[in-house]
Amino acid sequence: MTDIRDSLMVGRSSDGRLVRRPLSPHLQVYRPQITSVLSIVNRATGIALCAGALLLVCWLVAAASGEAAYAGVSAFMRSPIGLLLLFGWTVSLWYHFCGGLRHLAWDVGFGLDLPQVHRSGWAVVIATAALTVLTWIVAIVLM
Amino acid sequence: MSEPAKIHVMRSQLGRVRGLGAARSGTQHWRAERLTAVALVPLTLWFVYAALHLMGLPRAAAAQWAANPINAALLAALVISTFHHGALGLQVVIEDYIHVERTRLGLLLLVKGAAALLALIGLFAVLKLAFTG
Repeated sequence: MTDIRDSLMVGRSSDGRLVRRPLSPHLQVYRPQITSVLSIVNRATGIALCAGALLLVCWLVAAASGEAAYAGVSAFMRSPIGLLLLFGWTVSLWYHFCGGLRHLAWDVGFGLDLPQVHRSGWAVVIATAALTVLTWIVAIVLM
Repeated sequence: MSEPAKIHVMRSQLGRVRGLGAARSGTQHWRAERLTAVALVPLTLWFVYAALHLMGLPRAAAAQWAANPINAALLAALVISTFHHGALGLQVVIEDYIHVERTRLGLLLLVKGAAALLALIGLFAVLKLAFTG
């Protein structure tokens, strides 16, 4: 124990030994549920979008720097790795967008009953898939 | 009916008036996260539209598009809101999972510094495109 707050986490096991109580959340013992999984994905896509923001800055700097830099970034984005990154960015963007709208609705008090939470969760998953496919259809048509 | 239990608030009057709590910043972080999220709703839709519009165009055409004051202003707003929102979000992730004080402080400074710097780089690129192409 190095922190006084740890004293609240100490308990006794059935044979009387002093043990450290487990900390929640116990991801390893919970069955994945739509609520928890979507919450984790919202955070993961948020982190991914920070990497996407880096790509946005690269593109802006390349556009401001000149023809060679712009051609380089454009070529990278059309390479297999670039396309994979762009696809991941699109999925993350639409997921975090829809999930964010769901969070904003909760923040003003809408849709907090469990059946509604399950329904809005599946709606976010379906909307993410639909918007991603739509975005890439438009992208491929314009390409 | 019995008397309701008297509630003792273990907090100074000044602390209650300021309403800033243990983190000393009150609801500021939470509010900023939501406000930037609301700003990013229309900006994201516009950004996806713009990205699809610009795809495959030569640099000169993209620069000409970015020189339009409305596009330049929206790009600047997008960069600022994105990095502000992203830094606030990453801050929560770090505070949730990194428990070693020194590592946590270091990572928080790194994220805030990197977000501020990248936002500035993005903004200067937008301004250069807007003013000199």
